[in-house]
Amino acid sequence: MTQGDAVPTAAFDEMILDDGRPRPGLEALVGWMLEAPRATLKLRQADANVLFRRIGITFAVYGEGGDPERLIPFDIVPRVLLAREWAFLARGLEQRVKALNRFLDDVYHDGEIIAAGKVPERLVLLNKAYQPEMRGFDVPGRVYTHIAGIDVVRTGPEDFYVLEDNTRTPSGVSYMLQNREVMMRLFPDLFNRHRIAPVEHYPDDLRKTLQSVAPPACPGEPTVVVLSPGLYNSAYYEHTFLADKMGVELVEGQDLFVKDNAVFMRTTRGPQRVDVIYRRIDDAFLDPLTFRSDSTLGVPGLMNVYRAGGVTLANAIGGGVADDKAMYMYVPEMIRFYLGEEPLLKNVPTWWCEREDDARYVLDHLDELVVKEVAGSGGYGMLVGPKATPEERAAYAERIRAEPAEFIAQPTLALSSCPTYVADGYAPRHVDLRPFVLVGADKVRLVPGGLTRVAMRAGSLVVNSSQGGGTKDTWVLEDGGPDHA
Amino acid sequence: MLSRTAADLYWMGRYMERAESLARILEVGYRMSQTPDSDGTGTSRNEWESTAVAAGCVAGLAEKYGDATLDSVIRHLVLDEDNPSSIQSCLKTARTNGRAVRPALTAESWESLNDSWLDFTANWQRSLGRDNILAFLEWVKARTTLFRGATLGTMVRDEAFSFVELGTFIERADNTARILDVKYHVVLPAGEAVGGPRDYYQWATLLRSVSALGSYHWIYRDSIQPWLVAELLILRPEMPRSLIFALSQVRACLDAITSAHKQNYNCLRLAGRLHAEIGYAKIEDIIRSGLHEYLSEFLARNDALGNEIAADFHFYQ
Amino acid sequence: MHITIDHETVYGYDVPVSYSIQSLRLTPQPYDGQAVRSWWINVEGAGTLHRFTDSYGNVTHTLVLDRPHREVRVRVRGQVVTAETGGLVTGTIETFPPVFYLRPTPCTKADGALDALARSSRDGGVLDSLHRLMMALRDAIDYRTGETDVMTTAAEALANGAGVCQDHAHAFIAAARSIGVPARYVSGYLLSSDEGTEGEAAHAWAEALVPDLGWVGFDVANRVCATDRHVRVAIGLDYQSAAPVRGIRRGGGEESLSVAVRVNPRAAGSAQ
Repeated sequence: MTQGDAVPTAAFDEMILDDGRPRPGLEALVGWMLEAPRATLKLRQADANVLFRRIGITFAVYGEGGDPERLIPFDIVPRVLLAREWAFLARGLEQRVKALNRFLDDVYHDGEIIAAGKVPERLVLLNKAYQPEMRGFDVPGRVYTHIAGIDVVRTGPEDFYVLEDNTRTPSGVSYMLQNREVMMRLFPDLFNRHRIAPVEHYPDDLRKTLQSVAPPACPGEPTVVVLSPGLYNSAYYEHTFLADKMGVELVEGQDLFVKDNAVFMRTTRGPQRVDVIYRRIDDAFLDPLTFRSDSTLGVPGLMNVYRAGGVTLANAIGGGVADDKAMYMYVPEMIRFYLGEEPLLKNVPTWWCEREDDARYVLDHLDELVVKEVAGSGGYGMLVGPKATPEERAAYAERIRAEPAEFIAQPTLALSSCPTYVADGYAPRHVDLRPFVLVGADKVRLVPGGLTRVAMRAGSLVVNSSQGGGTKDTWVLEDGGPDHA
Repeated sequence: MLSRTAADLYWMGRYMERAESLARILEVGYRMSQTPDSDGTGTSRNEWESTAVAAGCVAGLAEKYGDATLDSVIRHLVLDEDNPSSIQSCLKTARTNGRAVRPALTAESWESLNDSWLDFTANWQRSLGRDNILAFLEWVKARTTLFRGATLGTMVRDEAFSFVELGTFIERADNTARILDVKYHVVLPAGEAVGGPRDYYQWATLLRSVSALGSYHWIYRDSIQPWLVAELLILRPEMPRSLIFALSQVRACLDAITSAHKQNYNCLRLAGRLHAEIGYAKIEDIIRSGLHEYLSEFLARNDALGNEIAADFHFYQ
Repeated sequence: MHITIDHETVYGYDVPVSYSIQSLRLTPQPYDGQAVRSWWINVEGAGTLHRFTDSYGNVTHTLVLDRPHREVRVRVRGQVVTAETGGLVTGTIETFPPVFYLRPTPCTKADGALDALARSSRDGGVLDSLHRLMMALRDAIDYRTGETDVMTTAAEALANGAGVCQDHAHAFIAAARSIGVPARYVSGYLLSSDEGTEGEAAHAWAEALVPDLGWVGFDVANRVCATDRHVRVAIGLDYQSAAPVRGIRRGGGEESLSVAVRVNPRAAGSAQ
């Protein structure tokens, strides 16, 4: 066993107590759920699907047959956090993201945390996500992860675990915003009866965050753009959505070019200077002059201008070294080292197969553990031991033996569940939460809630949309309960 | 506006207009090949060849399929994926361009593009042949008309709209000039007198292909005279497919864009000059100096105008 | 030794290029074995140069030409004074900890053959082992131009048994790293005869970190440690990060390249 906090094994229901009564603060919502006629709910669920289809939110899924522009299932039952629960969570998230940023700044400069023996040098410097080109470069505001998506699961009333940190280009925030919009259209009465913290200002916050990190060379109001790989990307809808809501241009690599130590976009009025690029393209494809020379998605020379202080990229290049699944184990250490604080959010105990003892334990307990690729994401390539067949486990064990350093394992967490509307009424389904933390040069901004993902299959723990997971609107109930005005 | 967005809107407009014109050109060819004299002794082949000329696809067709016949024309001008100007390619490219700029379009405009392509692949792509070609051409005209209607009826009159219109009318000017020029390429069979029944039939078909047969009679109240047909399609400002009409629209779009930009562009100068020259031309002079020569020069200048628009608004890297 | 360098690179295109951009790592930095007396970098025509220092400490220029052109002409000239150090490289500004230079890259990933060669060279101290490795690699990879290109990996060069100085350097780096010795790529110039050198004077070699000694230059192609005839210009993990010129262009069709390098010795004091 390694760094991490002990985990409970029985699932916690976020809405209903063991004796069947609603959890304190949720009485009004549960009452409404029980009173609402089934036929109406069924109709609203159908309306929701129509709305999403009309808005055009779809999610392209790679490597599968069928409709490539598939709709992500949406559940009409909201997921609720009470204000005090959220306040705690928010403090924990801010603490964690601050530490991650300090860590990135450190490992691209003097590496004090390495010198102090808190994080293995090789895990950092030989990490695939470590970008040598970033070394010794002071990014504006010392911010690397401007937009962080921290995946959190809940196992008890006061127990929140961070499952993973996403410090590269986390997606999903458009679903958070659209879920709220759709819910408000479907159930206006519910929003009258509860004081629900708004989330609509996220695009404003994002724009302010991006403008706060304008490069030193930017004289006036910074010009922000969203850089997308284009319409074949699975998150293209989100790129268009965010650009539209922020009121900035959505560009592709071909729209930008480098000249005079600056980046320009080609417009019908001529070249226009760009100061901050919210890029949704992976590091390797950003600049064929520095990284993969075969990339047609990027902007040749972007890295040169970036390093020369002519443009800011958000998130910074090389942020992936902080969200590697092996690095995850060291985040509590980062919090202690940089902030001198104890971590507020818990870390899941993790075995890293690079260590011989850990590998032996993992191979002996494959039927109890969740095994993940160190550099993987999106729920791809993971083994959920208790759900896998003996053949699947045997095949996975071979992969672990071949490249032990590429795998970590964690106990199967008893994810909390929430009532979810299914064919025959409400049924508990497991959920997680991805809050989005915005880090600017001026301050940290955090919209209450986040994206709740729900495993639509009974008993399933896999909530990733690429694996058939759905989403819910996430409420932070102010003043801890209903407003009987 | 991003140059790429402008270019996509412009080409979306051009490709939908081109699909419509191609359908019209093919219809002319089809009707001409059905004229009473057409007995399969070589005259009908001639008409398909001039159809390919009008579509600007004669070299590609000869190279890939040899002789111009109804079948080879369907294959190359309608279904050929490698021919960027085939109706299939036009519908597909217009949809791809539209998808790339989806946020700049209204739902109606986008859906008309998207549904056209989906309908084409589901219902026409595999079954198309000589038996249903006329029905297909009618379908293309209906779909492109729906797109025009959706665009005109729902899009805000902003820069995006101007670029769609610009593409539409640059393309229309090009296509009308080509359709008119087809007549030049239809060499009458030996012994057929100019102004004879076959000649008359061909001019009437040409007018029908631009939906102008009725207008012709309404405006001229005369039997079909070749020089009046030419005047109608070149010089009459009330005729929506005439060169002067198309150029006046191009000019209006450019005026709208440049006044918003507060910049002067070379393309506006070219468009203004071309428009004015057509405005002051007389059909007698055009016929005297040679209709084909006139149209060839127009096509070259219209092309140059298109290139200048692309350059002035930085369409390409 | 006083060395004068005059290096002109001319890219020609058969149709005009509308836009081109290059990263130029062509500016030497001083260390204990090298003083830079003067250095110029010039671009003829409409191009603009912007200077920055990359993460390895290489002075880098971004060259942009954004008007149609059929030619890019880059000329660097300068005078460097070198000292014989027995290959030892001290007095550099080190931006990365040594462990970093164990990092494999696509070009310097050791395969079984490189690994075996490295292991069989391992005997006694690290310095001796690296000397043996240098000789073994030079025997295994014949110097022949035209057999490899900039994308050729160390493993491929060894398998083919032929390559140029860049392949020798890559193979050495890969093998050294595989036995746990940090190693890196150096691009620079070589004065190969006392009369001066024309043409082939742009050169590449490797540096490896020897415990208790420091970084030592190994010129595998010439079977020597770096000498006072080696002018050190840029370093990196491999060719990709230390390349003297990396460029991207739009249009242009076929490219022709002509490189003229003159490296001359000069009697001390004659420039004063």
